Amino acid sequence: MARMKFLCDADRCIECNACVTACKNEHEVPWGINRRRVVTINDGKPGERSVSMACMHCTDAPCASVCPVSCFYTTADAVVLHSKDLCIGCGYCFYACPFGAPQYPKTSNFGSRGKMDKCTYCAGGPEADGSQAELDKYGRNRLAEGKLPLCAEMCSTKALLAGDGDIIAQIYKERVAKRGYGSGAWGWKVAYKETVAL
Amino acid sequence: MASKLSAAFRALAFGLVALFAASSLPALAQQPTSVNPTAQSVKEEQLLQALKPGAPVAGRISIPDKQAANLIQPGRDWRAFNQETLPRLGAYSLIGIAILLAVFYMMRGKIRIDSGLSGMKILRFGALDRFTHWLTATSFIVLAITGINVTFGKIVLAPVMGPEAFAAWAGFAKLVHNYVGFAFMAGVLLTFLIWVKDNIPSAVDVQWFAAGGGLIGKGHPPAKRFNGGQKIIFWSVVVGGFLLSLSGWHLLFPTAESIEHVQWQATLHGTTSFVMIAIIIAHIYIGSVGMEGAFDAMGSGEVDLNWAKEHHSLWVEDVMKGKRPAGHAAPQPAE
Repeated sequence: MARMKFLCDADRCIECNACVTACKNEHEVPWGINRRRVVTINDGKPGERSVSMACMHCTDAPCASVCPVSCFYTTADAVVLHSKDLCIGCGYCFYACPFGAPQYPKTSNFGSRGKMDKCTYCAGGPEADGSQAELDKYGRNRLAEGKLPLCAEMCSTKALLAGDGDIIAQIYKERVAKRGYGSGAWGWKVAYKETVAL
Repeated sequence: MASKLSAAFRALAFGLVALFAASSLPALAQQPTSVNPTAQSVKEEQLLQALKPGAPVAGRISIPDKQAANLIQPGRDWRAFNQETLPRLGAYSLIGIAILLAVFYMMRGKIRIDSGLSGMKILRFGALDRFTHWLTATSFIVLAITGINVTFGKIVLAPVMGPEAFAAWAGFAKLVHNYVGFAFMAGVLLTFLIWVKDNIPSAVDVQWFAAGGGLIGKGHPPAKRFNGGQKIIFWSVVVGGFLLSLSGWHLLFPTAESIEHVQWQATLHGTTSFVMIAIIIAHIYIGSVGMEGAFDAMGSGEVDLNWAKEHHSLWVEDVMKGKRPAGHAAPQPAE
């Protein structure tokens, strides 16, 4: 089985936010929640870089570790998913996540949190693949259809890569070797405890 | 009039722009034709090293959620605390206090009224006293159970109940915890207001502790309305309750502040609560099975005169002389 990862080539990202828009549209993500976002570092200064960031589907994920109801599970493709039926909206995964991925829809005037929502790597949830229940709760399950996450598939500059970790790391290494520079695989050290040697 | 004025401004603005453009033309021409995009590239490694330890890697973002501007934030330390340190602290404090009390009970037994029951009662705690005590006590017990569930529920209950039933209970427990918290805050505030004047540490307390407080050794050292041990409970409840209220209040709105702040509040909340639970278990023990006649003080409010004379000799003298009223009566406001 593949070990699915995301890799954002910050030297290619042009901050067009199409990945953000595609994700929101594909999964009909609730208002106020962004499963993916683009952060610009050193904005307006020399060396400005933009990085598209979502849940990194960590190895030994901290969210899963701290969850008081153990609602997280890791698929055979190493995608970190959760059950909204079990989630109690306590916020602990949000405290533990290094990437700010878990978010909560506001369900009342007192700011009480609903079920956590995050990037599913376009892999749905515990419901039957492609079912209406899965679509309503987690969005589309593209992985079950043999497709990769939409954010990466439609990235215009192919900055955002998704797929098996070894393959996308190889693609990135070749790019860096060819063009002579690369700012690194953002978040890999934190998420996977290893980075792409350049 | 207005349109004429704006037209004049537009002309002026256009003129200024044209002027700037003309002046900057030579500068543009001097720039190198080939740009090295890597000259000042942002290496993730360098950025992480340049940051203060624990600070997030942040940038600019174009969506309304400004917290999302944090690209990579600290989190692993809190995870280690929450998954290893806190459960260990909790287990040690709960098991530790249970062993301590069991040993104390075996050695000392139930603390009896040495001179026996007098049959005469004296009012120790009025309605307001007892209301405050039980408001704080019941809310604390509910909060302790629903709170311990967050740390130990998945270890102890989930394997027995199954994931669905446990998640349903945990969801209910979270709601209860969030709302009952306000009753506890009110209880702690009332506790402070009505009892602080009798809980200022004094020389009598030093003698009380020196004599073993009547818990260790024979005889009862003199005490006013509250003895040294009770003052420790009072200040634990006030200080611990304040810390729990403050951190709990922040944890109700976690997305309103930075992640380091929330992690710190969660650490404070968890640590304080286990210390408080251990203290309160000891308090419950001595107020019920550990001491004859003690429960009446918060039960009916009236205690046996001999009990009062043994445990709070100076207070009984004051009441007998009419220097001070007994417990707070119902309609009296808190001073």
